[in-house]
Amino acid sequence: MSELETPIAVEIEAVSKVFVDGASLGIVDRFRRQHPRKSVLAVDAVSLSVQRGHIYGVLGANGSGKSTLIRLVSTLLVPDQGRVLVFGHDVVKEEMTVKRLINRVSVEAAFFRVLSPMENLLYAARLYGIDGGVARKRIVEILGQLGIESEKVGEPLQKMSRGMQQKVAIARALLTSPVLLLLDEPTTGLDPRSKREVQQLVLDLRAHHDTTVVLTTHDMDEADRLCDRIAVLHHGRMVADDTPAGLKRVHGATPAATLEDIFMALTGHSIEEEEEEEAAPVG
Amino acid sequence: MATVIQEVRASYAFVERNINLTRRYWGWEIVFLLYSIVNSLAVTFIGAAMQQITGQKVDTSFLVLYLLIGTLVWSYLSVVFDAISEMITWERWEGTIEYTFMAPVSRGTHMIGTVLFAIVYGIVRTGVILVVVSAFFHVDLSKADLFSSTVLLLVGSISFVGLGIVAAVLPLMFTERGSQMTRVVEAVLLLVSGVYYPVQVLPGWLQVIARISPATYVLEGMRLSLMNGANVPALAGYLIPLLVMGLASIPIGVVVFGWAERAAKRSGTLKRSG
Repeated sequence: MSELETPIAVEIEAVSKVFVDGASLGIVDRFRRQHPRKSVLAVDAVSLSVQRGHIYGVLGANGSGKSTLIRLVSTLLVPDQGRVLVFGHDVVKEEMTVKRLINRVSVEAAFFRVLSPMENLLYAARLYGIDGGVARKRIVEILGQLGIESEKVGEPLQKMSRGMQQKVAIARALLTSPVLLLLDEPTTGLDPRSKREVQQLVLDLRAHHDTTVVLTTHDMDEADRLCDRIAVLHHGRMVADDTPAGLKRVHGATPAATLEDIFMALTGHSIEEEEEEEAAPVG
Repeated sequence: MATVIQEVRASYAFVERNINLTRRYWGWEIVFLLYSIVNSLAVTFIGAAMQQITGQKVDTSFLVLYLLIGTLVWSYLSVVFDAISEMITWERWEGTIEYTFMAPVSRGTHMIGTVLFAIVYGIVRTGVILVVVSAFFHVDLSKADLFSSTVLLLVGSISFVGLGIVAAVLPLMFTERGSQMTRVVEAVLLLVSGVYYPVQVLPGWLQVIARISPATYVLEGMRLSLMNGANVPALAGYLIPLLVMGLASIPIGVVVFGWAERAAKRSGTLKRSG
């Protein structure tokens, strides 16, 4: 079965990932047996499955393992245990095949900020093997669809607002026509209007393109509005995986329960408390 | 065939991106170029002033040419080395390393693009320095064998590319101090390779290091070629070590780089910036 026929876009099987503080590829660590480094279990035996064509939300506070999970799917990290399959392809063993199927938009705009949207997107297009002439036309088209005027296309990105930069990041992802789009907190730090525009874009993607979306967020309303299914991560462990309605039905104390209520019921804290706890100095 | 076209396009992505970055950072480019020109002039003026400094008769034009070759060749080699060895540092600084490493491009293609830009950029930059510095001094190239010197520079570039790739592994392996380490490597090469003096004046232990530096062979060969007219066969003693170093260091560098990339993905240190 080819990746275009399989009904499962992402399969994560008992994946764990540990980070060792101050790790330097294990070379120095061998000489530090008397003072072992602190390790953090970022993702703890997580298993989940994303249906093709779905928007799958991963909800959790900062440090809950959301971005680590996205990096594992996007071939930027290697799992310590378990395996990740993208349209049936193992992200470690078939790395290049997986790379051709995916694109990722991260919370921070990963751009050459002195370069213009056109220069950044042309670079991306060439990396994905798209002809320069074809790419130039598509870049203007896609940016236009996202409301970026043609006179801004040649200006350095550092002169643009964060909302505009995030739209350019999404345009860059769309340019390569990924069948799996990984959105790592794409609306964090955006003003309400830009946030709404980006959310609408995600919905349009599902409606008009054959794109599966994995979206991480700590915005409960966003998850509720966009996602077909939601996983809740807490300290690296998955504590729930259901549709928004299913989560409310199973974990909600009242019929009017919100996702915020569900999150508190599952983790024992509100997402704000979780983030404060995460930010608090240790020891 | 389609794969080859895609890889060529991907390789050109790095060339075009670096040209665009050079254009956008034009202010810094001018500053660095000006600094290099002034540095070359300052060093070459030492040769021109030697008769006045020592009060004795000195072959000034020989000394000027000797120092000028040193400063120009080092300018070229260091630019090639920097452009390649900093490919990781630069992407980390810009915050684009994850995007580039997530793209469906082999690391070999990534390196070919980086190397192509580095060589063209190095040639153009050194050419500009040569033109400006030549206006200040009478440069006698009447004995020079320009063909053999070009061959030597190209072969020397290969070995420096290999060294640059090996050095580029350091920022990948050591996120906190890796880029500083590449600077130390470059500083040691400057000291031991006979850029401004024959390596024979160095202490014995430094002469041993000089013999494993490709820059030593490039500089000694270039001086023989440009000052004494040595042809390609006469430069075999320089070309062969350079070829051996290049042919060994490039595959070693690529393999070690691949190992370091996988290790960084295991430890989660790909993105972290110092």
